[in-house]
Amino acid sequence: MTGVQPQSLHFKERAAAELANTQLQSNMRRFGGRFVAARAKVLHELGDFEGMRTAAAAARDRALADLDVWIERFEREATRRGATVLFAETGAEVADLVLELCRRHGVRKVAKSKSMLSEEASLNQRLASAGVQPVETDLGEYILQLAHEPPSHIIAPAIHKSTEQIADLFVKAHGRARTLDIPQLTREAREVLRGHFLTADMGISGGNFLIAETGSLALVTNEGNGRMVTTLPRVHVCITGIEKVLPTLEDLSLLMRLLPRSATGQSISNYFTMVTGTRQPGDRDGPDHMYFILVDNGRTNLVGGDMQEMLRCIRCGACMNHCPVYQTIGGHAYGWVYPGPMGSVLTPTFIGLENALDLPHASTLCGECGVVCPVKIPLPELLRKLREQQVDRGLRPKSEMLGIRVWSWLALRPRLYALATRIAARYLRFQGGGRRMIRHLPFGAAWTRGRDMPAPAGKTFRELFAKKNGAG
Amino acid sequence: MRVGLFVTCLVDLMRPSIGFAALRLLEAAGCEVVVPPAQTCCGQPGYNSGDRASARALACKVLDEFERFEYVVAPSGSCSGMIRTHYPDLFRDEPVALERVRALCAKTYELTDFLVNVAGLQEAPGTFDGRVTYHDSCSGLREMGVRAQPRALLAKVAGLELLEMKDSTTCCGFGGTFAVKFGDVSAAMVEKKCENIAASGADAVVLGDLGCMLNIEGRLRRRGDDRTRVLHVAEVLAGERHD
Repeated sequence: MTGVQPQSLHFKERAAAELANTQLQSNMRRFGGRFVAARAKVLHELGDFEGMRTAAAAARDRALADLDVWIERFEREATRRGATVLFAETGAEVADLVLELCRRHGVRKVAKSKSMLSEEASLNQRLASAGVQPVETDLGEYILQLAHEPPSHIIAPAIHKSTEQIADLFVKAHGRARTLDIPQLTREAREVLRGHFLTADMGISGGNFLIAETGSLALVTNEGNGRMVTTLPRVHVCITGIEKVLPTLEDLSLLMRLLPRSATGQSISNYFTMVTGTRQPGDRDGPDHMYFILVDNGRTNLVGGDMQEMLRCIRCGACMNHCPVYQTIGGHAYGWVYPGPMGSVLTPTFIGLENALDLPHASTLCGECGVVCPVKIPLPELLRKLREQQVDRGLRPKSEMLGIRVWSWLALRPRLYALATRIAARYLRFQGGGRRMIRHLPFGAAWTRGRDMPAPAGKTFRELFAKKNGAG
Repeated sequence: MRVGLFVTCLVDLMRPSIGFAALRLLEAAGCEVVVPPAQTCCGQPGYNSGDRASARALACKVLDEFERFEYVVAPSGSCSGMIRTHYPDLFRDEPVALERVRALCAKTYELTDFLVNVAGLQEAPGTFDGRVTYHDSCSGLREMGVRAQPRALLAKVAGLELLEMKDSTTCCGFGGTFAVKFGDVSAAMVEKKCENIAASGADAVVLGDLGCMLNIEGRLRRRGDDRTRVLHVAEVLAGERHD
């Protein structure tokens, strides 16, 4: 039940630890590419994927342009159907509201389906310290609750764990014989969780989308636990970001064609649930009380600014699945709730640029995240803009800025530049020795710790070209 | 066709043979090639480090030096991508300069793209005896649409057999200053690339960008592979040997 305190300032150290963690490295390699291959296989079903991305981006932009209107509409429709819509400005306020609801309804146990927003709120920690037992019911989240770890991926939270590690956690928690059979492990978790579903007083879910015209919640899951937590307990609380409100069911159908395919490479998830209002007379199930907590926690700061496109995000995880950096270090290195490229944009915008100095730079800008994003968020561009904001606010190391500025200054003075590069080419050629490989770069130890630097040829193109053409 | 050759700063400093190879290929395709002597850097280091001012200053220099040509060609997807896809952003609030920049973008090409789609190079002067695998560099692939072009040209090289490696389009981990800021992460990424190169069974890895080249060659040698050659696509096509 580790609450997620931001550790993003320590990205470099955390990444180093993950690189040295042989278990994690082997787990990441096993995971690597599985979602990528699955996604590639189902995309063709869409026919014109590019056209659909464009339409989806436009749909998201339309919703965001009049977000206040759609939120009000959602509130009206949801209220009409018996739900209560609450608003939280911060993560702490989310936890305050949930605790208040627990008190009001005498809640002792909460069954949760996956919610990244509850991570933003460190909700499990707050519940536990108030004497309310939170039980994660998404299999991955359940495993992490046993391991006291935060998720490392937004849709596959325990992707960094191996079967063996999970088997050990289950032995400790369930006291049964150790097995490495995955269906058996799943059955074991299912048996334990079934009891919790039936005894929980409150179910907490996230929300993939909220539909303004019907006041509905749309939930995308693969395990069916979402249906349990939204129907069995007498109180249901949905916690989600304000940006998740869509105007119409038609918008939903468009985005639902893209979400499971982009996320796990499924044409449709195993379960897709629409929840509309409380239990009505004649309904066989459903909660007596239903609450929506719509959370800001930094989101409105993005409206109208450089990062607005980030609000389109539908949390599919395709960017991290395709990110060569994420695939190398895993999600925990990023140090807060959201990892990978989307996290490297969201984290600095939510917790402050000065609290996540490395994250905008934790990308090679290879561009793959921008190419695969189903709602066309220009992630590399946003990362670059964050870098610019850092420079503007004086948040980059002086040595780095000096290096860049000296280089540019020199490159603007061709004669001096020609001289400097002549010297550099000869010096580095000498450093390369007989193998023509530099093993220790004087100003690039970080480079030569893991690889050689090929030595230059010794003369610059400029020199050779001038000589060849008989000029000076 | 009058072509301005943007040699790029890394080719100038590290591997001039690539510049001469590009020159030879462009001439073989019937172009009149001019190499503006005062050219230096496209400004990408500053741009990707968040220092717009220095990137803009260098972009102005490139604009002044190259806008007079019918075409601008660089043996690099990264530098040509900087010009074509990012220069407009640097001048987004300057309508007059922006118009000039747009005109420059429209005539700026990555070398293999230019040779295939503009100049229509029919034969490759080079020969190569062996098997090669092609690494798709990020900017060339995703900003300039370079994927089929180098492969089509390599197919024209006598004696060359092209083998595809696993994940040829995955980043090698260079990323400019990334390789120095996060040297260990970058080294772990290029290690995966080297494993895929080794598994392909190729004698040489061929690519189109100096950054990837330095990164991949440096890691291959460090892991004890002195056999697999690392060659720029222009060198292979032109038969230009790096000494």
